Amino acid sequence: MITAPTVPVIDASRILTIQDLVKHFELKQSFFAMSGPPLTVTAVDGVSFSIRSGEILGLVGESGCGKTTVGRLITRLENPTAGRIDFLGVDIATIRGSDLVAFRKYIQMIFQDPYESLNPRFSVFRAVVEPLRILGIGDTKEQRLELVIKALEDAGLKPAEELIGRFPHELSGGQRQRVAIARALVVGPKFIVADEPVSMLDVSIRAGVMNQMLELRDKYDIPFLFITHDISVARYMSDTIGVMYLGKIVETGPTEQIINQPTHPYTRALLAAVPVPDPEHAYPPVPISGELPSPINVPKGCRFHTRCVYATQLCREVDPASTEVSPGHAALCHFAYDFFSMGPYTPPAPLPPKEG
Amino acid sequence: MPLLEIQDLVVHYKIKTGWVHACDGVSLHLDRGETLGLVGESACGKTTLAYGISQLLPSNAYIKGGRIVFNGQNLLQLSMKKDGRLREYEPKLNKIRWKEISMIFQGAMNALNPVHRVGDQIIEAIVFHERVTKQVARMRVEQLYDLVGVPKDRIDNYPHEYSGGMKQRAMIAMALALNPKLVIADEPTTALDVITQSKILGRIKDLQSQLDMAMIIITHDVSVVAKTAKRIAVMYAGQLSEIGTTRQVFKETAHPYTSGLLGSFPSVKGEVRKLTTIKGNPPSLVEPPTGCRFHPRCPYMQDICKTVQPPAADMGDNHFSHCHFSKELAGTLSPEVFR
Repeated sequence: MITAPTVPVIDASRILTIQDLVKHFELKQSFFAMSGPPLTVTAVDGVSFSIRSGEILGLVGESGCGKTTVGRLITRLENPTAGRIDFLGVDIATIRGSDLVAFRKYIQMIFQDPYESLNPRFSVFRAVVEPLRILGIGDTKEQRLELVIKALEDAGLKPAEELIGRFPHELSGGQRQRVAIARALVVGPKFIVADEPVSMLDVSIRAGVMNQMLELRDKYDIPFLFITHDISVARYMSDTIGVMYLGKIVETGPTEQIINQPTHPYTRALLAAVPVPDPEHAYPPVPISGELPSPINVPKGCRFHTRCVYATQLCREVDPASTEVSPGHAALCHFAYDFFSMGPYTPPAPLPPKEG
Repeated sequence: MPLLEIQDLVVHYKIKTGWVHACDGVSLHLDRGETLGLVGESACGKTTLAYGISQLLPSNAYIKGGRIVFNGQNLLQLSMKKDGRLREYEPKLNKIRWKEISMIFQGAMNALNPVHRVGDQIIEAIVFHERVTKQVARMRVEQLYDLVGVPKDRIDNYPHEYSGGMKQRAMIAMALALNPKLVIADEPTTALDVITQSKILGRIKDLQSQLDMAMIIITHDVSVVAKTAKRIAVMYAGQLSEIGTTRQVFKETAHPYTSGLLGSFPSVKGEVRKLTTIKGNPPSLVEPPTGCRFHPRCPYMQDICKTVQPPAADMGDNHFSHCHFSKELAGTLSPEVFR
């Protein structure tokens, strides 16, 4: 029996803690605009959270809110501009070289599109064994084969022996994504970042892949960062939800509290807008105005004020601090307590206008 | 007389390795002003059906049988060549296409021409079909922009200056420009964020009731049709599996595939329930399964299902299910939360 490599556990409860993570992307300017100051996109603007062993954190937001960048920073596919990523007590935000390679054993990523994330010239075996070879896990071919088969079966590909010779074009979308899951699992990771892992899959396949990931979490206690645009999917998968808007987590808390007592006006708008598979559902009007501002010019004050129907002068001037409305449930809103006490979003929900 | 009646439509695509049975004997009808949701997974033939209605099938598509009667006229008589393919240019059809039947395409990002102003593209469509001046057409575009909720000062912008939601709204304006009797919307909101999606679906619903158009909304997302459509047709592997009112299909489900589809959708409403899954994978349409096409994946499969294609079982009130055991299974299939 071969066991996957382990790392000395320092604090079993907190696997990953990120603090004030920031990522700026500099835009390439056209030749004519070269004289001006460089434009920067603030993709991630001070994100903090921590994930416990066996916990799934669902990161939800619209396209362009920075949720994918957070995932890529944690896996160090991008270098953070500022901030800390504490992984089992080690700050991995700035490690490089051989340390970085060694670290990749512990955090793995599952990408959105299994049609692009698998090399079409690699058989299933080669795709899954590749990380073992690169990271030098397993001494003999037999040991590696055993690890590959175990990973494939954990990902729900049974019997694995029949599948390892196949190429991606011989697999269905669901099977491909399971190969991608096996490839992440094979090194025995301590943490998995899954970036929209089911959004490209067919409807009838999606539920199976989601259930498989929940089973894996139960079996190995692996924490996941589950990135999705779909709050219904996030609710099904996660223990904790973080809602991102323009580079910041505007609300975070236990999943059922976020669904039943949404506290940030943006979360309330998302929940009002999400379609429900029930023909008799009465949709409330969505309490939001305007369009998503550009991340090049993030609005001053509260970044949501340009779209918030409840915004006051205070919101236009002062960036709200995080308000913890109940243990573990916090929102970046000046009026968090007012919204929290209103409960679920129902149509006539006027907030007493406040000036201040 | 219904506005649109499709009878036993068969469309196959010719490819190197044989024939793709994309649409195999689909019959449905649509009344004036009605919304039908056409639901199914990718490659179930729903887009083929839509392109068949609007006569936009590619040159390797062969219509092997059936009728598409729109407003009392069989469209296939107008445009079909002897070998079953569609003529690329047919003047008689131009009176119907876009004027009477228009489409909102999937991915508005690529459906607009990037080198022309958005307004000009809509004006062109109006001027082409109606004998009006550009000035009159422009006034119509201004009204349309009001209707779909895009500021009028954006008429002279290029597509790259629009956000995704605005492009999709401009596409809707274009589809409505000639007051069509039927609009086919192919995944109109799939690429959009939920807030934009909810705005667009709300707008489509309002417009449809204001303008009394019939509409076919094609989507893989059952929650989108639950929100917008009065009737639902569920397609699987090129065939219809169930058709009825949204209520009937959700609450009195009579086909095991519909049941599996509904059960695999998570919701933010109600208690969290364990999602059900459908075993196996969607079949290849080059060699579709014999008998009932769903039988290899069906939990209720019997011997008859392997050999005999199930006829439409009448569940009452225009609710039909293509399953041998619809009557026996009815009442047990709809996921608990929907009952």
